[in-house]
Amino acid sequence: MSEIALPKIDSSILNRKSEIVKKLSSLTNIENVLSEADELRPYETDALSVYTQTPLAVVLPENTEEVSKILKYCHSENIKVVPRGAGTGLSGGALPLQDAILLGLGKFNKILEIDYENKCVVTQPGVTNLGITHAVQHKGFYYAPDPSSQLACSIGGNVAENSGGVHSLKYGTTTNNILGVQMVMMDGTICRFGGKSFDQEGYDLMGLICGSEGLLGVVTEVTVKILRTPEVVRAALIGFPSIKEGGDAASEIISSGIVPAGMEIMDKALIEATDNFSKAGYPRDAELLLIVELDGTVSEVNELIKKVEAICKKNNCSSLKLSNSEKERLSFWAGRKAAFPACGAMAPDYYCMDGSIPRGKLAEALLEIKKLSEKYELPVANCFHAGDGNLHPLIMFDGNDKEQLRKTEEFGSEILKTCVRLGGVITGEHGVGIEKRELMCEMFNDNDIQQQLSIKKSLDEKNLLNPGKVYPILRKCAEEGRVHVHKNKDKFPDLPRF
Amino acid sequence: MSTKIKINSQIFQDSNNIYYPKDESEVSDLIRELYKQDSPTEIIGNNSKSFIGNKTQSANTTSLSKISGIIDYRPEELYIKVKACTPINEIEKVLSENNQELAFEPIDFGYIKEGKSNKGTVAGYLSCNYAGSRRFKVGSVRDHVLGFKGVNGKGDIIKSGGTVVKNVTGYDLSKLIAGSFGTLVALTEITLKVLPKKDSSKTVIIYPSNLEQIYDFFNKLSSSSSEISGAVFVPEQSKDKDFVAKKNSVFKFNDLKSNISFIAFRVEGDKISIEEKINNLKKELELNNSEISILDVYQSEPFWKKVNNLEIFEKTEHNLLRMVIPPANGSKLCKHLENNHNYFVDWCGSLFWIEVNNKKEEKIKDLKKMAKDFGGYLTVIKTSSEYDYGEAIFTVDKVRLMISEKVKQSFDPKRILNPGKMYRGV
Repeated sequence: MSEIALPKIDSSILNRKSEIVKKLSSLTNIENVLSEADELRPYETDALSVYTQTPLAVVLPENTEEVSKILKYCHSENIKVVPRGAGTGLSGGALPLQDAILLGLGKFNKILEIDYENKCVVTQPGVTNLGITHAVQHKGFYYAPDPSSQLACSIGGNVAENSGGVHSLKYGTTTNNILGVQMVMMDGTICRFGGKSFDQEGYDLMGLICGSEGLLGVVTEVTVKILRTPEVVRAALIGFPSIKEGGDAASEIISSGIVPAGMEIMDKALIEATDNFSKAGYPRDAELLLIVELDGTVSEVNELIKKVEAICKKNNCSSLKLSNSEKERLSFWAGRKAAFPACGAMAPDYYCMDGSIPRGKLAEALLEIKKLSEKYELPVANCFHAGDGNLHPLIMFDGNDKEQLRKTEEFGSEILKTCVRLGGVITGEHGVGIEKRELMCEMFNDNDIQQQLSIKKSLDEKNLLNPGKVYPILRKCAEEGRVHVHKNKDKFPDLPRF
Repeated sequence: MSTKIKINSQIFQDSNNIYYPKDESEVSDLIRELYKQDSPTEIIGNNSKSFIGNKTQSANTTSLSKISGIIDYRPEELYIKVKACTPINEIEKVLSENNQELAFEPIDFGYIKEGKSNKGTVAGYLSCNYAGSRRFKVGSVRDHVLGFKGVNGKGDIIKSGGTVVKNVTGYDLSKLIAGSFGTLVALTEITLKVLPKKDSSKTVIIYPSNLEQIYDFFNKLSSSSSEISGAVFVPEQSKDKDFVAKKNSVFKFNDLKSNISFIAFRVEGDKISIEEKINNLKKELELNNSEISILDVYQSEPFWKKVNNLEIFEKTEHNLLRMVIPPANGSKLCKHLENNHNYFVDWCGSLFWIEVNNKKEEKIKDLKKMAKDFGGYLTVIKTSSEYDYGEAIFTVDKVRLMISEKVKQSFDPKRILNPGKMYRGV
């Protein structure tokens, strides 16, 4: 992996380590400040584990006032701060810096209020995404965004990355599902945007914070909307003899007026990989596999599933199965959810890319990726959230072979540039972090980036909060941008990645 | 309005000295020049919503009305990219031909202003961020914006977002622009998410016997898995004869008794599932022994248009307030308003449209305090001719104002664009 440029280390801060640790210990419980080498090791990286850095110290405050005091102190002493949620981010947004405090929100792990009347939950940011659903599901409610890491990722991290999931087309991403946040600015100012009511007037500062990757403030409380669990959820598993026919069917489903709860596509390489790995029972003769999920009332879902069936038959599907029970529906998803480990079993390493493209460009994108795969002599498997246009190519390679690693990096970068060329973007849901920082100029020109940097400057004048992330340091389009998994050893091997 | 300074460019100016840049580069040239000369400008589109907000303190007026036209409409991709001042009517017509729509239901403010339709432009909607009755189900205007291009206060052309739903590439400036009343960027291009129109709709009318019942119904409706896409409460207000007469004439439908209080909720979908949902909801709301009536699609559609046109407050000469609060506090607010101010409730209990008599401006202060205490906010959408701006149009606290000033500074350091439109100093 190529070296990544990070902000210049301030040696005066390193020299003052013991004084800084002492001061931090006075701002929170002394046990909440970690500074010994063995204590710092677990915090050296997030889920983009190819990059590691030892932070100056880790501080784990317990309440908003402590966060405010810590940030105020760091602001006055020019100490950089890297905020961190559960550390499951795939783009290196929580990568520590040697001269920075790592501010962990792990102790903010309580749900503060469940308010069924206002259909919302007020929670601390360290609560997991799935934890919110677990807290309300006995009353028939759930929290809609469902990133694949929902078992472990924190809601605060979801706000920072504007996390999505497989249901984004119908239910939106984090930004569409939160009502309010409490946040602490770098100078220690505590502020509140939104609350339990819809659409706060004035500048939508909550909308700005959502997806800002921890550069503008530290979120200490989130109010999320909860939705009623749909009466019925059914899925269809459909095989197609060609990429074009499957892609056309997916486009036609959307243009016919159906908004599926989820719609996933897998290419032949991935169908075979997952079927070998998990014996999912997928149609191995298909060139492309489509999973369509529909939710609503009984007759609504039955009506929609009939329409989906007709469209797929019209587009020459080679196989079609409809789920008739919850167990069967989950079995349709089982193979799809095993996609990443299945690739891990086929090669020593794989890179997971994340880009978005317009739905109708899928066939074009897959053909281009196939050509690139031949050019670089590296196998690739593709999964695609067809509902919302989010593409995840998985490039398989051997990391011990330097030449293969170099080729993989080039390959990945070309895929993301293809996404932009086809009218898409360089990240659909993993964020920019440090991983895709230098690719920002593929999408934005100087004016665009300058405007974003001026916002950053207006809210964090000294550039102390999570510096070096999202925006290019070198101002060049370097060849980088993907998630590296070695020997199937993801930092979080238990989390499904899809 | 006269321009005090000479602008060197060739941009068309009409007899009222309003600038009409014809494309993005002319907008950029104009603003760059105004920036150099420290000369602020009001930004307008088709003037349909310019009455909302404070009067701007500027020497110039720039109309973006010539920046109009559909750039790219992809029904199968569920987006439409348009020049910023494309009329909403034009967009709705094109979408309708493909059985699609803007799901946030644009409110037609023309009725309260001049008694007739004037929907204005998409840039106007984005700048105000006021969504109609479907908001609680599908989100607001800001939730339907995928990307934009525009010119900041220095004259730089900037963009954010794109045409895809999932996008975490840089700060989500589309959200920030929504509801910014033209104070950050002069918009030139907007990409909106569009959604399929539902096959049909029906509206169920319930006649609650007391105020307590209203929020019980609203709560049950919003808790149901049989989703509804609109729910309003229109009170009886028997003491105000004019209001009663207006109500009866606006909501004159065969199957609706408009002279008493009513709740109306809308169910959309295919015909079979509409029936199924209505049956489910009747059970959940325990309506089987109550008087209800049902508006079929031919009555249901015009009914919701009238709600979203605010026709009940047509050509109002009083102050018209828009208050949004968490629904759990709605019952208390209804009690306060009953026979005090004319009002109706939308968004299944969250949004209140309240008319305050022009002689009772001091009441706005009390209502704003209530809005804040309830965890919401209040905006004076239309002011009466006697309004003296003693009470601010918008609700803002000190910290948010401080941050808003910083954000404004980052887009428009010399306060060239719509200065003072929202807050003093912004």
